[in-house]
Amino acid sequence: MDHMETKKNVERPLAFVKHIILIMSGKGGVGKSTVAVHLALRLKNAGFKVIRGVRTVRAKIRYLGITEGIGNILVGLLDADLCGPSIPTMLNIEQKKSKFSKNWEPVFVDMEQRLCVMSVGFLLTNRNDAIILRGPKKNATIKQFLNDVDWPDLDYLIIDMPPGTSDEHISVIENLREYNLDGALLITTPQAVATGDVRRELSFCKKTVIPIIGIVENMSGFVCPYCQECTNIFSKGGGEFLANQLEVPFLGRIPICPQISRYQDGHAESLKLFSQTNEADSIEAIVKKLVK
Amino acid sequence: MENVAESIPNACPGTASQTAGKASGCEGCPNQKLCSTGKAAAVDPAVEEVRQHLSTVRHKMLVMSGKGGVGKSTFVSQLAFGIAEDRTKQVSVLDIDICGPSIPRVMGAEGQQVHLSGSGWSPVYIDENLSVMSVGFLLESLDSAVIWRGPRKAGLIKDFLCKVDWNELDYLLIDTPPGTSDEHLSIEKYLSGSTIDGAIIVTTPQEIALVDVRKQINFCKRVGINIIGVVENMSGFVCPKCTRETQIFIPETGGGEKMAEEMAVPFLGRIPLDPRIAQCCDDGQSFVSEFPDSPAAVAYKNVIATIVSRCEKVHQEAASGAMETD
Repeated sequence: MDHMETKKNVERPLAFVKHIILIMSGKGGVGKSTVAVHLALRLKNAGFKVIRGVRTVRAKIRYLGITEGIGNILVGLLDADLCGPSIPTMLNIEQKKSKFSKNWEPVFVDMEQRLCVMSVGFLLTNRNDAIILRGPKKNATIKQFLNDVDWPDLDYLIIDMPPGTSDEHISVIENLREYNLDGALLITTPQAVATGDVRRELSFCKKTVIPIIGIVENMSGFVCPYCQECTNIFSKGGGEFLANQLEVPFLGRIPICPQISRYQDGHAESLKLFSQTNEADSIEAIVKKLVK
Repeated sequence: MENVAESIPNACPGTASQTAGKASGCEGCPNQKLCSTGKAAAVDPAVEEVRQHLSTVRHKMLVMSGKGGVGKSTFVSQLAFGIAEDRTKQVSVLDIDICGPSIPRVMGAEGQQVHLSGSGWSPVYIDENLSVMSVGFLLESLDSAVIWRGPRKAGLIKDFLCKVDWNELDYLLIDTPPGTSDEHLSIEKYLSGSTIDGAIIVTTPQEIALVDVRKQINFCKRVGINIIGVVENMSGFVCPKCTRETQIFIPETGGGEKMAEEMAVPFLGRIPLDPRIAQCCDDGQSFVSEFPDSPAAVAYKNVIATIVSRCEKVHQEAASGAMETD
């Protein structure tokens, strides 16, 4: 199925996107890209209810002979981490390339063409090449990714931001002013070293008037697969404490999941396996709060 | 907008490059005109100023990764604490992660202020032989975002190198942010006239980290920074209850050691996960001192000993003229 013709207003190319969500942290390595990928995968399938042990809505629809019509949510995922693009690797689409004619074409992850990605990772000739970009070049690239990509008629555009509060962040905000920016989802790990950076990111959001959707605490405890003992490897409780202190919504915790990288390729089998984990329950709870 | 399509994957060739201002990667850069006339290639006088100012510093090391959250700041802090256990050694840590300054907290110096003396900015002393400098000490509020574009960050890095009264130091450890951007280009540029021992590259075992780390190693090779070696952090977790080990960050492609071998750089060792490390970082304590017999502390000490040994060797070779940096 080809994506729908874009109804792009050239001067406001993202005007048709219904929801834009920034995934931010301030801190590196807390799982922004991982959460962004799982959020995108889950939102893409949000039209279908996944109920354990019961036939899915999709199965029921097939049984009734209805094959199209509901749940066609289109999701775009923009990898704004220009120096360390992770999204193509996570979704196992590194080998794909983004074509350029009048604009960049995003890369579709799935055959149904309901999840597409844009990343500087698609533009590399060698995956080991350093991407050495000073501020002005980052600004130019961000601007292109927001204005010169042929995104389809997206329901959601999720933007995975790099750590920090610098050129990429300023450029993204400047270029999104006129659009349907739902706000920022802030990812942290529990320890104070991480929440310290997230406080600064929240300060950035406040100064630039970005609504805060809420805080997610990732890597929140590890349950030993052998004895079920839970160890708080990266401390405990910092995300919820921060949310309460700064009066922003706390959306939930995601435990450490060593296997999470295996579930990120977007394939049905991987998603099915992931749906049976505790981590999936956590992400499901977060998605429900997001799309309420 | 002007088509910069072909230029996106091509990075800045460097202001000193023959193609500066003329490469496809230069499209859209505000410095393009300056570079194309060759003016940007002229050596910045600050480079010599830094060289002179740091001439009393015996060993200078960068701690880098490319990937965020692998434990660079944690590693820098424990390296500093570890070296400083030898009370005859003077150690300082310079934190150039301007947007995310973690060093004040992990070294127990949060809330302290920098004092201005006749000989420059005084670093914050944690102990008699251990001091720290970070933008964290210059903020009005620790919760305030540092929303700076690249050139301003570069300016502060220059000031850190030129205006801080480092005094006579045995080790200056420089903690860098993730990525390969303004901070990295600036520190490389301003140190280009000085003798540096090189870079320690920190990674975690999984491929998603190694992807970024390979890029960082190639950045170092491209700009001529010696690589002291790779440290694999968060390398396995032993359950405190049943003592069985789990790989939290699975080394699907062989982990840091295999990557180091493929990239032809030394591998310095592995450090396992220990929840007490995060706790010590939050409390600003030396994990290697508080829990010296723990497997992680033993691992740290082994890695630190290897690094110190290699640096002494590099220093001796440099002193004898056998090695020079650009």
